[in-house]
Amino acid sequence: MRAVGGPDVAVGDVLLSVENVSLSFGGVKAVSDVSFDIRKGEIRAIIGPNGAGKTSMLNVINGFYQPQKGRITFKGQTRAKMRPHDAAYGGIARTFQNVALFRGMTALDNIMAGRTLKMHANFFWQLLRYGPALREEVEHREHVEEIIDFLKIQEIRRVPVGRLPYGLQKRVELGRALAMEPELLLLDEPMAGMNLEEKEDMSRFVLDVNDHYGTTIALIEHDMGVVMDLSDRVVVLDHGNKIADGTPDEVKRNQAVIDAYLGVAH
Amino acid sequence: MDLLYKIFVDPFLQMGTAPDLLVQTLWEGLVAGVLYSLIALGFVLIFKASGVFNFAQGIMVVFAALTLVGLHEHGVPAYLALALTIAVMFCLAFAVERLILRPLVNQPDIILFMATFGLTYFLIGFGELIFGGETKIMIANQLGLPRGAIDLKMAGGFVSIQKIDIAAAIIASLMVAGLAIFFQRTRIGRALRAVADSHRAALSVGISLEQIWVIVWFAAGLVALTTGIMWGARSDVSFALDVIALKALPVLILGGLTSIPGAIVGGLIIGVGEKLGEFYWGPLMGSGIESWFAYVIALIFLLFRPQGLFGERIIERI
Repeated sequence: MRAVGGPDVAVGDVLLSVENVSLSFGGVKAVSDVSFDIRKGEIRAIIGPNGAGKTSMLNVINGFYQPQKGRITFKGQTRAKMRPHDAAYGGIARTFQNVALFRGMTALDNIMAGRTLKMHANFFWQLLRYGPALREEVEHREHVEEIIDFLKIQEIRRVPVGRLPYGLQKRVELGRALAMEPELLLLDEPMAGMNLEEKEDMSRFVLDVNDHYGTTIALIEHDMGVVMDLSDRVVVLDHGNKIADGTPDEVKRNQAVIDAYLGVAH
Repeated sequence: MDLLYKIFVDPFLQMGTAPDLLVQTLWEGLVAGVLYSLIALGFVLIFKASGVFNFAQGIMVVFAALTLVGLHEHGVPAYLALALTIAVMFCLAFAVERLILRPLVNQPDIILFMATFGLTYFLIGFGELIFGGETKIMIANQLGLPRGAIDLKMAGGFVSIQKIDIAAAIIASLMVAGLAIFFQRTRIGRALRAVADSHRAALSVGISLEQIWVIVWFAAGLVALTTGIMWGARSDVSFALDVIALKALPVLILGGLTSIPGAIVGGLIIGVGEKLGEFYWGPLMGSGIESWFAYVIALIFLLFRPQGLFGERIIERI
């Protein structure tokens, strides 16, 4: 594991480090030569203007995209390639920018789906829904009910998620990610499209998850106020390049960041 | 006038005067309907989980039945042959995932649809190569399925019910109930529905698409085997059986491509409608309307509910 650079706000050891990652689609460079790390227990924000490569970065970490260059080290294991299944298995959970839920299923079933990898009863017991399969269902249901209580969505647990308002859908999606008991939780714009009250709720949940479960969180967010309040450290991307990395205060004062956001006279 | 009378009045008079014949016709219709439902169910399972309209479902029915009978002909005991056929259906599901679905992932639906055409002709050729093309008799007795008929005295006459039909209805109901519980209440069932709803979200919680595809094609294979046994016991086993796959189309139009209850209710409606049409209105047109009457029923439904009985309502945002 390489030494941790940067400001001394270490919360713990490095959980995930991204080294010199480049990703392009055809001729379009989405991410070029980006390195940063995420430490155990911290809330790490990834910010940047539109098209900066934030979501691409998340997709690389979670195995949806394979970077052409660079390495990713997660829990001390370095890999060039990873499939989404391996990422989920290793303890990386995520939410999506435009909510990707199982729309036809109830909130409860959606969150139960997050337990998929924790359940092991084989196909034939499942077909019968008896013996080990039934025991397992009950056991995992308890855990899921805890998450439902935690997110305060008891009254909507039987509602197909397609019918829920956007803010609640985002909460169910967070619940599904939490059900995986992740070590690293990736949130892609968890507050996008929310009103002030919903944003405050969601911010509280993010902080509570970090406190209560000790989950490391990496989040993409546009609302600067939210980012500055929530995160321990911030990495700033612009046009696929890293332009700053540090505490919220440092980043705020960084001239490159100000230029990227406000534009600069050429 | 006379024609109108024959179409709109006379058949109902006949129903009233000979209720036992009506009951008999309804029963025949329901039994045929159960089998249509099973075939449609195979289509729905695969369409729901992988978005592929599997043209080969009909031939999978024949292939499963043929394998079962063929193995028995080679001296394998009936129940062992059944177990081996189940294993063969699993291998088929596995091979389909590896050789067809995986290389074609993210291709347009029409490409996958065409690939299932290829699968159809492969299965026909492969089945003929191994088991021969001649018509075979289903080993219904050896599998312990009942034979003969029961005559019930009811509705002022006799209604004759084949025991095998009763068995078919019971087995089909059990299977549908089992699948419903499996889909609604277990981890793999949830994963299947999850994949049907959103691929990337399913991937993000660690569901493996490959595994789900194998499972769903295997489930469709089991449904095909059951259908093959039941249908084979009523007629016999030959490649001509695959025309029943065409019967699934009106059922799917009626029930919607994504709905399991739709497949069941649709199958029963088509079965009953077809038999009633044949018996009461058929003579008007010199009989033989059974083969196309199902499409007429489906067309009429389509006029009023384009999304099918239980299909998801298509809402266009503008």
